[in-house]
Amino acid sequence: MRKLIAGLVMGTALVTTSMAAMAETPKNALVMAFAIDDIITLDPAQIFEFSGAEYAGNTYDRLIGFDNDDVSKMYGVIATSWDVSEDGKTFTFKIRDGIKFASGNDLTAEDAAFSLQRVILLDQSPAFILGQFGFTPENVKDKIRATDSSTLVMEVDKPYAPSFVLYCLTAGVGAVIDKEEVLAHEKDGDLGHEWLTTNYAGSGPFALNKWTAGESLSLTANEDYWDGAPAMKRVIIRNVKEAASQQLLLQKGDIDIARNLEADQIASIESNPDVKFLSKGKGALWYLGLSQKNDYLSKPEVREALKYLVDYDGIAKTILAGRAQIHQAFLPEGFLGAYNENPYSLDVEKAKSILADAGLGDGFSVTMDTRNTTAIMAMAQSIQATWAQAGINLEIIPGDGKQTLTKYRARQHDIYIGRWGPDYQDPHTNASTFAWNPDNADDATAKPLAWRNAWNPGAMTAETDAATLERDDKKRAAMYLDLQKKVLESGPFVIMFQETEIASMRKNVNNFVLGPSFDNNYYRFITKD
Amino acid sequence: MFAVTRNARDGRKRARLFSRTGASVLRIIFSLLITFLGLLLVTFLIGRILPIDPVLAAVGDHASEAVYQRVKEEMGLNLPLWKQFFLYISNIFQGDFGRSVLTSNPVLDDIKRVFPATLELATLATIIGVSLGIPAGVFAAINKGKWPDHIVRILGLAGHSMPIFWLGLMGLLVFYMKLGWVAGPGRLDSFYLDFIEPTTGLMLVDTLIEGDMDLFWNAVSHIILPASILAYFSLAYIARMTRSFMLEQLSQEYILTARVKGISEHRIIWRHALGNVMVPLITVIALSYASLLEGSVLTEIIFAWPGLGLYITNSLLNADMNAVLGGTVVVGAVFIGVNMLSDVLYRVLDPRARR
Repeated sequence: MRKLIAGLVMGTALVTTSMAAMAETPKNALVMAFAIDDIITLDPAQIFEFSGAEYAGNTYDRLIGFDNDDVSKMYGVIATSWDVSEDGKTFTFKIRDGIKFASGNDLTAEDAAFSLQRVILLDQSPAFILGQFGFTPENVKDKIRATDSSTLVMEVDKPYAPSFVLYCLTAGVGAVIDKEEVLAHEKDGDLGHEWLTTNYAGSGPFALNKWTAGESLSLTANEDYWDGAPAMKRVIIRNVKEAASQQLLLQKGDIDIARNLEADQIASIESNPDVKFLSKGKGALWYLGLSQKNDYLSKPEVREALKYLVDYDGIAKTILAGRAQIHQAFLPEGFLGAYNENPYSLDVEKAKSILADAGLGDGFSVTMDTRNTTAIMAMAQSIQATWAQAGINLEIIPGDGKQTLTKYRARQHDIYIGRWGPDYQDPHTNASTFAWNPDNADDATAKPLAWRNAWNPGAMTAETDAATLERDDKKRAAMYLDLQKKVLESGPFVIMFQETEIASMRKNVNNFVLGPSFDNNYYRFITKD
Repeated sequence: MFAVTRNARDGRKRARLFSRTGASVLRIIFSLLITFLGLLLVTFLIGRILPIDPVLAAVGDHASEAVYQRVKEEMGLNLPLWKQFFLYISNIFQGDFGRSVLTSNPVLDDIKRVFPATLELATLATIIGVSLGIPAGVFAAINKGKWPDHIVRILGLAGHSMPIFWLGLMGLLVFYMKLGWVAGPGRLDSFYLDFIEPTTGLMLVDTLIEGDMDLFWNAVSHIILPASILAYFSLAYIARMTRSFMLEQLSQEYILTARVKGISEHRIIWRHALGNVMVPLITVIALSYASLLEGSVLTEIIFAWPGLGLYITNSLLNADMNAVLGGTVVVGAVFIGVNMLSDVLYRVLDPRARR
């Protein structure tokens, strides 16, 4: 028996050593570890998840795009030019000639019109981004149409700020899909939705090769891409949830890029000469939502005091360590009109005196629904500690992501610690949730963040609406600046940080592009030494 | 999964009772159906009691209220609970387990993909665990109180008490990172992922079917570490049980008789004593195999192993009930299947059960 055991052990060791080979990924292919199990669909009319958005951003072309470093600069992608009518209600786009879809079909204005109509007709989660311009399933075929093979016309219902309309078209719902290909797979009038959920019909720099849910996503370069073929002929994205596993894969060179390393992993490979980092400020904000249904939290003094009771510096430096910067207004840095001053900092004495003036010198008790991930729990604990100094007893209620969110959406929380990402690059995306709440009743039809926290922003709702119609960008920016200051002062939100995305990659990987949101993280420029 | 275990055990008891009394196959099937129905009902109710909104997984947090309400209706969540359950069951009888919200695939397709990954890992782990655990247990028993016994017991205790999360990461760090003996997380190198078309879904088998030995050895180098780590856990348990069963047998009078008759110690241990130990040991092995087949979530996360455990957990956390229920049926079936298999093995190994 002893011999047998020894034999087994030896055998295993021999087999495994003989297989060990130093892996290095090929020069013309990119291998990436990324938590992509949030992808539930590949249809651009439905995609509303981070990694799904990134997929669409690399495989589909949109009408227009913006410069990642200066979002006020817009450029044409499928559209070569556009103009807005005198009354501000008609947008006309000239479509680029000579673009072909992966199927070989020519891309025309008809495809562009169909793609935008389809978003409204399918009415999936991101449909409101276009729907807010007055398009409905009934009228969209008249309002968005191709007048000839290279002209797309779009009629909106009000004279909106042109930047507002254009920014919305840069979102994922602006992706142009292959009408003929998609309709060939139509089932029960679903406009090819079921098919496109797991298939591809685009013209982007990469085409879908294969998606295995929860396992991997692989892309192939479009050799005929109109703006130049990518250097990477294949991109393989492997779903690796565990950050420590991503770190090992990266150190070993089995992958080129690791996307989800946490602060402690980044710290442990910072000095590794084979690894480098790329970071970019994203639009997502970390904030506390204070329910106005709670008697304490509805006092203006309490809302103010709590803003002085967060250790912004400490959390940014130690807990988020490079993955966030302090930001307190509701528009993230980089957005039109963003207010980048941060008036609040940790000041326990000041908070105490504000609370004492409100008759709460002895403090009070509240709960906070907290998602049980390492970073969020650590933030919550830091907040708990600083609040305790002012006599506020914070009870942390941990829960899984969807569980805490369910409670938040039902307005059953005291405090919710959350993360909010903008849906498109226009300031209205955040203004319409932080500063707008037309109906504060429990059964309201619109449920922005202000509603979730049972806060009536009063005149700000109308001001938010007015800002979408201001056609002068300077004046428009001033309106948002004003809204942000008001929310900062009296709102039920303690906005703390703006997220920074960090991609960790091997030294030989160049020109990976991270944009302000996930649908403008681009692979097409990547080269490897 | 306690409900599963208990139900499956009941099912097994019932199944054995019937076969012993020679009851008809129909009655076994009937009892299985009741077991599954109960299993589904309990899981379904748990899913509905969970404080998680199932619509959220489908539409996300930012969808407009109108889209939310429409999807809620499409998912049948506005119907009374009994009607939802009734609809679900009647669909199942038509072979339709519904679609998973998280993957957009029919649940059956998902399970066909994730279950083989777990099956492969669990089977290899059990083979390793049994082939090392039984000898280790026997070895410890015959050296009771001496150092080999202590070593086996310490290793066993460590195997059962060390967190698998830590062990998995350490394993990767040492054998993948530092020594380079095995491949990293995943079932195949990222590069091979596109080359393999799932026939059985078992990577080791599929690569052999394709006849590509490079792919096969690549798959082996990926599975060996997670399988060994899972094996360590079942090994620890199996060795401990073998040891105590053996000690019990070795103190029996028939062993003394055999020794008096002058039969070689080797024969006494491996034939006489172990032969009798095998019967209760089958139950131990079957239980440990079945629990591995549920899928070990932490192992699957660390090794980026797209298996059943991760699938069910993810689905549960998103209240993706079709997927959870489908996964539960599989786990239930696995328990019943493994128990039936061990019943058959009893009969092979125990002459008394054959009568």
